[in-house]
Amino acid sequence: MSSNRLVRKTRLFASIVVVTNVLGNFALSWGMKHGAALDGSPLSFVLVVFNPWVLVGIGLLAGWVLSRMALLSWADLSYVIPVTSVGFVLNAIMGAVFLDEKISALRWAGTVCIVGGTVLVGLTAPKTER
Amino acid sequence: MNAWIYVAIIVVSTVVSDLLQSWEMKRQGEMTNFGIGHLLKTLLSKLPLIASVVFLAVSFYAFLALLQVADLSFAVPATALSLVAETILARLLLKERVTATRWAGTALVACGVYLIAL
Repeated sequence: MSSNRLVRKTRLFASIVVVTNVLGNFALSWGMKHGAALDGSPLSFVLVVFNPWVLVGIGLLAGWVLSRMALLSWADLSYVIPVTSVGFVLNAIMGAVFLDEKISALRWAGTVCIVGGTVLVGLTAPKTER
Repeated sequence: MNAWIYVAIIVVSTVVSDLLQSWEMKRQGEMTNFGIGHLLKTLLSKLPLIASVVFLAVSFYAFLALLQVADLSFAVPATALSLVAETILARLLLKERVTATRWAGTALVACGVYLIAL
């Protein structure tokens, strides 16, 4: 496969990985804060899992696992990990906008570093070994 | 304090899960069939992939518990301590060539994660 196609395919899958992860985490967080509480007992775990927001979150995170598995069949782990870290930024923004979490100046500075680092790693070739 | 114990469990299980998954998927070779059925079959037919999902489940359960005691904007970046450990182990165990640009980018991401956790 030409390296251009490899890069396009890598970016497409990295995007799917990030979107399913961010929306999945958000649905989980929303569900955990608006429903049954987890107290360590198996029954509370079952109750939490049947919360519709938690179910949607689990479905999205299943998509996240499968798309990431496919991506890892060709892309380096040391590429996938930092590039998909841009999800942290989107998580922080969703937390601020929809969950009313306070984002401090330090957290925004951290966000800028993460985006910069993601861009740098994204410039490297996705596949190096063998 | 309680929250950091969950963070430790999440980090260790995530690192083990990712290393197993990346190692086994490279052995399988580049995928071309992205049907959900095919992806699931691949996932369920290889022991290292099944093990990686078990570790991911441990990490997921600890993450659910962490979300009960901490903000999402603390929980997610705190678990990202695994990022640095994974890059080092990808170099040592998976023999990936981590170039200077990639190290710099990874270090920046790690700094960002640290800042967010302050």
